Amino acid sequence: MNTSADTLARQQAARQGHWRRLPLIDNPRVRWGLVLGGVVYLVLALASVEVNWARVAEGSGRALNFLGAFLQPDFVSRQNDIMAGLMESLTMTLTSTVIGVLLAIPVGLGAARNISPLPVYAVCRAIIAVSRTFQEIIIAILFVVMFGFGPFAGMLTLAFATIGFMAKLLAEDIEDLDWKQVEAVRATGASWWQTMNHAIQPQVMPRLIGLSMYRLDINFRESSVIGIVGAGGIGATLNTSLSRYEYGTSAAILLIIIAIVLMSEYASSHVRRWTQ
Amino acid sequence: MLTLTGVGKRYPTGDRALTDIELSLPKGQVMALIGPSGAGKSTLIRCVNRLVEPTQGSIRLENTELTKLSGSRLRHARRSMGMIFQEYALVDRLTVMENVLSGQLGYVGFWRSFLRRYPKEAVAEAFRLLERVGLPHAIDKRADALSGGQRQRVGIARALLQSPKLLLVDEPTASLDPKTSRQIMRLIRELCAERELAAIINIHDVALAKQFADRIVGLRAGEIVFDGQPSELTSEILTTIYGEEDWDTTPEPAEEKSEDAFQPTAYTAHAMPTMVAGGAL
Amino acid sequence: MPVSTSSQGTPLWQRRTTRAQWLQYVAWLAGISLFLLCWKVISDNTMWVFVEDAGRQGSDLISRMMPPRWEYASVLWKPMWDTLNIATLGTALGIVMAFPVAFLAARNTTPHPLVRSLALTIIVSSRSINSLIWAMLLVTILGPGVLAGIIAIALRSIGFVGKLLYEAIEEIHPTPVEAISATGASRLQVMNYGVLPQIMPAFAGISVYRWDINIRESTVLGLVGAGGIGLQLNASINSLAWNQVSVIFVMIFATVLVSEWVSARVRHAII
Repeated sequence: MNTSADTLARQQAARQGHWRRLPLIDNPRVRWGLVLGGVVYLVLALASVEVNWARVAEGSGRALNFLGAFLQPDFVSRQNDIMAGLMESLTMTLTSTVIGVLLAIPVGLGAARNISPLPVYAVCRAIIAVSRTFQEIIIAILFVVMFGFGPFAGMLTLAFATIGFMAKLLAEDIEDLDWKQVEAVRATGASWWQTMNHAIQPQVMPRLIGLSMYRLDINFRESSVIGIVGAGGIGATLNTSLSRYEYGTSAAILLIIIAIVLMSEYASSHVRRWTQ
Repeated sequence: MLTLTGVGKRYPTGDRALTDIELSLPKGQVMALIGPSGAGKSTLIRCVNRLVEPTQGSIRLENTELTKLSGSRLRHARRSMGMIFQEYALVDRLTVMENVLSGQLGYVGFWRSFLRRYPKEAVAEAFRLLERVGLPHAIDKRADALSGGQRQRVGIARALLQSPKLLLVDEPTASLDPKTSRQIMRLIRELCAERELAAIINIHDVALAKQFADRIVGLRAGEIVFDGQPSELTSEILTTIYGEEDWDTTPEPAEEKSEDAFQPTAYTAHAMPTMVAGGAL
Repeated sequence: MPVSTSSQGTPLWQRRTTRAQWLQYVAWLAGISLFLLCWKVISDNTMWVFVEDAGRQGSDLISRMMPPRWEYASVLWKPMWDTLNIATLGTALGIVMAFPVAFLAARNTTPHPLVRSLALTIIVSSRSINSLIWAMLLVTILGPGVLAGIIAIALRSIGFVGKLLYEAIEEIHPTPVEAISATGASRLQVMNYGVLPQIMPAFAGISVYRWDINIRESTVLGLVGAGGIGLQLNASINSLAWNQVSVIFVMIFATVLVSEWVSARVRHAII
C-alpha cells in the first residue's frame, strides 16, 4: 500500500497534470525481478525448442492435404471400421460413466472432511490424487498390459479416471454444503443413512447429475484417444488412418467426434435445466 | 439548445416506449423528468445520446441532427453529452482517477488511452474536478472501495471531464440515502450553474425534483402529460402522471430539518425564480 | 407433492403422482437395459481369458516395477524441462489465440452473429479434440518434436480458455460498458475500459487453471512423438523396462502435485 506521503506526492503531481497508472506490484525490485525472470525463462525455453525447419517445410504440403480433406471427408471407404470403433467408444463411454459415478459416490463421501473419519479421509484422498494425476492414456497402458487389448481395459481406464474426477468435486460439494440442514435432520433423531438420504443427497443431487453429464462428455472425448494404446474405441481407427495418410477418413472421424460432443453438450444443458 | 421533435421508440417486441415527444431545452436549464416506473424516462434520455435508438422523430443538439449520426461522428456528438447513472456505472476495478479520465476517451486515441498517457491538461482538469466534488484524496483508490455517495461524485466528475454542453442524468439518487441524495442533487445543480449546462434529470422523488429543478416534465406511458414550473405541479397533476393517490398526506421528507440541507450554497446565488421554498410539497 | 384420499377417507401423501411414478420406473428400466446392452457389446469384444489372468499380470507388473531404477532419473531432467516448456509455451500461445476468439464469441461483444457462430465453431472443434489427437496430426505434419507438442497444447487450450472466457464476458455488468460508450469512446476503448477490467480476474484464474491441466497433458504427448517425458515413457514401455517406467511415474506425480499447488496458490491470490 502507498504511504500517505506517496499519495500526497501523487496528488500534487496530478494537480500539475502528471499522472501515471499505479503499477500492479508496488515494490519496484519485485516488479522488475518478475519481468526479468519471465524474459530469461522465455529465452531459455525458446532456445531449447529444436525445430527441424526442413521437415516443417516438407510437412506443410501435408497440412494443406489435410485441410483439403476436411472439405471432402471420406465417410465411406472405411465405413465398417468407423462404425465398429464408434460403437466401442460409445458403449465404453456409457458403461464407464455409470460404473465410475457409482464408485465415486462412496469415495467422495469418504473424502469429505466434515463427514468422514481421518483414516477413511486419507485413503479416499489418496485414490483421488492418483486417479487425477495420471492421464487416462497412462492408466490405459497399464490396464492393457493387465487385462489385454480391447474395450474392457478402456472401460476400466475411463471408470478409474471418472472416480477421481467425480469424487473430488463431490467431496468439495459436501464440504461446502449447508450444515444447518444436516443438523436439523439429525435433530429429528435420524440415523446416519437417513441423514445422508434426507439432508445431504437433496443438496448435492442436482450438481451430481450435472457433473455426471459433463463427465459423460469427457469420457467420450477420452475414449477417442485411449485406442492409440490398444484400449479399444475409435482412437485406434483414427490412429491407423493417420499413419496410412488416409486424411479423408481421419477428417470424417474428427467431424463425427465434434458432432457427437456438440450433441451431448446440447443434451446435457437440457438435462441440467430439467434437474434444477 | 436541445430540441426533440416527434420522437418515438418502439421496441422490437412491439412495446411502445415513447410516443411523439416534443421537447426543447434552452441553455443552462435544469429539467426534471418525472413519471412512474416504465413511463419511458430512461428510454428518453438514452435516445438522446443514442444508447437506445429512437425509431422516429428528430433530435437536434445545437445544429447537429443526432439521429442520423454513426461511427466516429456519433462518438464526437456523445462527447458533448455527459451521462450520470443510477448505479454510478463506475468500472469497479479501475482507480478513481482512471474512472474520471475515462471521460476523456472521446478525445484521445486508443493507444494513448490504453497506456493511460493522457494529455497534461486533461489530467490537471480531472484532478480539479475531483477537488471540486471533494475527493482529491481518493485518486488512487479503487472505485469499489468508495461509498455510494462518493461513487456518484466520481461519476459526476467523469461526466464533466467530457466538457459537455448537456448532462443526461438517470436517477442519480435512487441508490442513495436521503441526505446524500440532496447533497448529490445540490452538487449537480451547482455544477450546471457554474458551467451553464443544460440537464435532463430523471428522478423518482418528486420533492427533490421540485426543490432542485427549473422545470418539470411529467411522463406517463411514453407521453408528456405535464410541462411547467415546479410551482405548477399540483396534486391533480401528480394524479394524471402517477395515478390516483392521496398526495397531500405524502409523508414529508424529514431532511429539510437536517442541519446541512439549507446551507447558502452556490445555486441560491443564481436566479432561480421557480424554486419552491422550503420543500413545501 | 400430491395428496390423495384413501378408501378410508384419510388423506394419503405420496411423493409423486402415479403417472410420474410410472414414468420414472420406465426411465430406470430403459436406462438399465441400455447399460446392460452396452455391457454386452464390451463383453463380446473382450478376451475373458486375459481378464481372468489380470491378477497375475498385475502382480507381475508390480514386481517388475519394483525397485525403481533411480539412477535413470538423471536422464529425465531434460525431457522434464521440455515437458514444462510444452505446457507453458503452449498455454501462452493458446491464451493469445483464445483471447480474441472469446471476444468474438461473447454475445455482448461480438461484431456480428455470423462471426459469433464462427468463433463458437472454433471453440467447439478445439474442445472436442483431445490434445493427443492434435499432437498426432501435428507430428505427421511438422515431424516429431517439442514444437508439435506446443502447438497441440495451444490448439486444445483455445477451446477451453475461449469457452470459459466468453462465458465470463457474457456475465459482466452492462452498466459500466454503457457508461463508457456514453463518453464517446471507440469500440476498442469500450473493450479496454468497460469490459477488460471486469474479466481480468476470471481470465487470470482460467489461464492458470489451464496451465495446470496442460502440465498433465504434456506428460503424455511424447507417446505419439510430440516431445517431453512421454518419449522416455514410450521408449521404456517398448523395451519393457518397467523399473524405469516407475521412476517416470514418480517424476510425473511429483511435477503434477507441484503444479497443482502453484496453480491453487496463484488462483487464491487472484481471487
